[in-house]
Amino acid sequence: MSLRISTAPHIRKGVTTQKVMLHVLIALVPCVIAGIYRFGFGAALLLAISMCTAMLAELIFQKLAKKPVTTNDLSALLTGLIVGLNLPPQAPWWLAVVGSAFAIILVKQLFGGIGDNFMNPAMAARAVLLASWPVHMTKFIAPINGNFGADVISGATQLTAINSVNSPLTLSGADLFNHFTGNIPGAIGEVSKAMIVLGLVYLLLTRVITWHIPVTMVASAALMSLILGGDPLSNIVSGGLLFGAVYMATDYTTSPMTKKGQVIFGAGCGIFVCIIRKYGAYPEGVTYAILFMNCLTPLLDKFIRPRVYGAEKKQKEAKADA
Amino acid sequence: MRKSKELGSVFLNGIITENPTFRLVLGTCPTMAITTQAMNGIGMGAAATFVLVCSNIVISLLRNFIPDKVRIPAFVVVICTFVTMVQMFMQAFVPALYDALGVFIPLIVVNCIILARAEAFASKNGVLRSAMDGLGMGIGFTLAITIIGTIRELLGNGTVFGANILGTAYEPMLLMILPTGGFLTYGILLGVMNYLTSRHDKKKLRKGGAQL
Repeated sequence: MSLRISTAPHIRKGVTTQKVMLHVLIALVPCVIAGIYRFGFGAALLLAISMCTAMLAELIFQKLAKKPVTTNDLSALLTGLIVGLNLPPQAPWWLAVVGSAFAIILVKQLFGGIGDNFMNPAMAARAVLLASWPVHMTKFIAPINGNFGADVISGATQLTAINSVNSPLTLSGADLFNHFTGNIPGAIGEVSKAMIVLGLVYLLLTRVITWHIPVTMVASAALMSLILGGDPLSNIVSGGLLFGAVYMATDYTTSPMTKKGQVIFGAGCGIFVCIIRKYGAYPEGVTYAILFMNCLTPLLDKFIRPRVYGAEKKQKEAKADA
Repeated sequence: MRKSKELGSVFLNGIITENPTFRLVLGTCPTMAITTQAMNGIGMGAAATFVLVCSNIVISLLRNFIPDKVRIPAFVVVICTFVTMVQMFMQAFVPALYDALGVFIPLIVVNCIILARAEAFASKNGVLRSAMDGLGMGIGFTLAITIIGTIRELLGNGTVFGANILGTAYEPMLLMILPTGGFLTYGILLGVMNYLTSRHDKKKLRKGGAQL
C-alpha cells in the first residue's frame, strides 16, 4: 500500500496496511484450499517455503540496510503466498526460494520497499522464474483431487493446448466446468476459477478493491478474444487470467490511483493478454500484460489526475452544470 | 619522481575513480551485449584497450594540427584505423573470439569511451599522459566487463571461463544470459559501486573534519 501525500481534509479510517493485507490473505484462503485439495501436500509445502522465504528475505534485508523492519504489515507474507500460488505444484523447492527472494529483495526492497516498487513483486518473480527455468515452470501434473495417498501422475504439459488461441480453443461444456472447479493441470493457485471468484466477492465486499480493474480486464480480454476470432468464455477461464485480474493487477502500488486510470489499466491488461496469447511465443500472456501495464502506471497517474478537493470544476463542466 | 606519481594517478583514475563502466556509465552497449561470458569480457576489453591507447597517442600527437571544427571526424578516422587493425588481427589469430564478439568489434569505432577520452583528454594533454589515460581507462573497462561477464556466466551457465564451477546439479538460471540478466547485473553492480564510493567519501570527510 502506498502512502499518498494529499492536502487536507484527511478522513481518518481504521484502514491500515496490515488490515488490507490480512483481507487479501483471507480472500486467498479458498484458492489455497483448492490448490492443496487438487495437488496434495507437496503444494502446501511449496506455499509454506515461499511464504517463509519472503518473510525472511524482508527481515534480513531490512536488518542489513538498517531500515525499520516491516514484516508485521504482512505484505511480504502475501507476496510470498502469491509467488507460491503461481508455481506449478511439482516445482522444486528452490524455485519457491529464488522466486520469493527475488520478489522481495530485488523488486520490492531495492526500489524502496512497500509502496515504492514499480512492478508487482510476485508478478516480476514469476516472469524471472519463467524465463530462467521454463521447463520447471511449465511442467504441470494432473490433479489428485484429495486422494493424498496416491502417487502423483505426471501429465504432459497441457498449458499449450489449453491456452493457445490458435489450437482448438473452444472448450466443451464438461471442460468448461472442469476449468471452473479446477479439475485441470495448472499452477497451484489459478486452477479453480470458482474459488477465485469467491475471493473477488470477499475483496469487493470488504472494499479492499473496487470492481474497476478486474472487471475491465476480464471484459476487455473477452472482447479482444472475440475480435481475434476466439471463444471469449474459454479464454477467460483458461490460464491465469482471473487470478491475475483479481489478485495481481489490483495491487495498490502498481495500479493507477484514479478510477478512470484503473479502467484504462484493466482494459490494457486484457487487450495485451489476448494479443500475447495469440501472437506471442509464450502460450500465456497474463504475466507480461500486467507487468507492461505496471510500467505504464506512473504515466496514467500523470495524465489522469484526481480533482483537488474543493477546487473549481473545469469551465466546460461548470457550464454543463449550469 | 613527481611526474611518475602524477602519471600513476592518471592511470588509476581510469580504473577506480572514473571507471568508464561503473562511474562514467559509458560504453554500455558492448557491456550489455558481450558480457554473457567472462572470456568475451577479456577479449573485448583487450581490443578496446589497444585501440584506446593507440588512438589516444596519435590524437594527442595531432592535437595541435586538427582544426577544431572537424575534430570529431578526424578522431573517428584515427580510431577507425586502429579498429580495422584489431579486427583483422583477431580474425586471423583468434577466430573463435572473433565470431563470439561479432559485430561489436567494428562497433568499437563508435564506442563512446574511446571518443570521450579522445575529446576530453587526449586532445588536451601530452602524449605520455594520454597513453597512461588510455591504458587506465582500457584496463578499467576490461575489469568491469570481465566482472559482469563472470557473474552472468556463473549464474547463467554454471561456469567461469568455460570451467564448470557449480557442478552438474546446478540448473542454470537462463535469464542471466538473456539481456534482462545483463541489465540486472549491471544495475546491481552500479548500486554496489555507488554505495562503496559514498561510504568512502563519507569516511574521508570525517577524517578531514577531525584534522580541522
